[in-house]
Amino acid sequence: MSFRLIYREDPGNPWFSWQYVRDNSDTIVAALREHATLTVQAVVIAALLAMPLAVLAYWFRSLTGPILALSGVLYTIPSLALFAFIAPYLGLGTSTVLIGLVLYALLLIIRNVLAGLNQIPAEVHDAAQGMGYGRWGRLLRIDLPLALPGILTGLRLATVSTVALVTVGVLVGHGGLGQLILGGFRNNTYRAEIVTGAVLSVALALVLDLLLATAGRLLTPWTRRSAS
Amino acid sequence: MNPVQQAVQWLNDPLNWTIPGGILDRLGEHLTISAAAVVLGCLVAWPVGLFLGHTGRGGSVVVLISNLTLAIPTIALLTILPLTFLGFGQKPVIIALAVFAVPPLLANAYTGLREVDPEARDAARGMGLSGGQLLRRVELPLAVPYLAAGFRTAAVQVVATAALASFVNGGGLGQIISAGFGLGMSVGGGQILAGGVLVALLALAVEGILAVVERIVTPRPLRRTRRLADRRAAAVGEA
Repeated sequence: MSFRLIYREDPGNPWFSWQYVRDNSDTIVAALREHATLTVQAVVIAALLAMPLAVLAYWFRSLTGPILALSGVLYTIPSLALFAFIAPYLGLGTSTVLIGLVLYALLLIIRNVLAGLNQIPAEVHDAAQGMGYGRWGRLLRIDLPLALPGILTGLRLATVSTVALVTVGVLVGHGGLGQLILGGFRNNTYRAEIVTGAVLSVALALVLDLLLATAGRLLTPWTRRSAS
Repeated sequence: MNPVQQAVQWLNDPLNWTIPGGILDRLGEHLTISAAAVVLGCLVAWPVGLFLGHTGRGGSVVVLISNLTLAIPTIALLTILPLTFLGFGQKPVIIALAVFAVPPLLANAYTGLREVDPEARDAARGMGLSGGQLLRRVELPLAVPYLAAGFRTAAVQVVATAALASFVNGGGLGQIISAGFGLGMSVGGGQILAGGVLVALLALAVEGILAVVERIVTPRPLRRTRRLADRRAAAVGEA
């Protein structure tokens, strides 16, 4: 009870302060930029790695188990441990954070792309075969476009969780907005700095998610038509 | 000496295990915090999930909660909660971790009840079971595979994120890694790697043990549907 009274009477440490935001706009923008850059890089690299793996797992059923199991193990390993494995070799740079983020995003994308591919009805395959499509032609013209909803779900999930995960990079000095969150905590628990970092991080996740969702709607007009 | 040799050497020093604040202490803290968080998560998520699943309402709420918590950085909650009326210590850490345990528990409880064969439900109703009896005697036993799968996902996630408690000095095995980073890469490299190995092994061990538990608690006739349960619940959690 006394604790509540203390912080109500503590005007020096408000939960939010425009003063802080104005005075530190450079730092905040730099942290936001680093956060967004790391997220986009990680998701793009993860997608470039995950797509071929998902296609392999789709073409060769015997590879599905091993690929999902391996990415599942990587996903189970805590992010902090991943960074701890990489840091002694690559040092305190962005590459350490990036590799950790990519390994983490991998499973989310592979699993959803694979789910998208596996949802394609057998009749479609038969029709494609009958029209003379080869393996690659079918993949590029039929399978991947039809799997787009799954691919987009994977990308959205990976993006949102990567945004949240970037903050852990603060351990090696490149945590984007995590730098503000933990910096504020260490700086005599300066609330305004912590909350600014946290709110911007959630906002960044929502904005990126919205962008991907919009892109998805534009790319897959047929799903809208069937829904209405 | 390369980091791997350093790590092996660090792990081989008995003092690093038994010293106050050593590996055994940190392991104990890690497991205590994680267990408390999972129990708290279950106490909140299962009743809500079972109720929503029983009534068949609120599916969108479940999805919304999972998606929202995905966007919240763990360290944001870990740093903000101690500044509220909760105060510093283990309490805010446990609550922060419990928040992240809720989505898988909730989603699986909800899906588990929704996936109950409607004919089984009709039959139970026809036999004159009341809503509560239906839940207890029919729906709940049939939902056990889902509940177990959700428990496993949540527990593994909590054990993994508990490592981050070290950022706010909340204890746990992550503390070893943070201390290693504090020593600098040339001196602490081995300790960082050793801490990473310990945290990773713990997460994988919990995953493995709970996979066995999940198999044991699942009644034999339901075991064939267990994989299906995993997959469908995952789909709901990610929808």
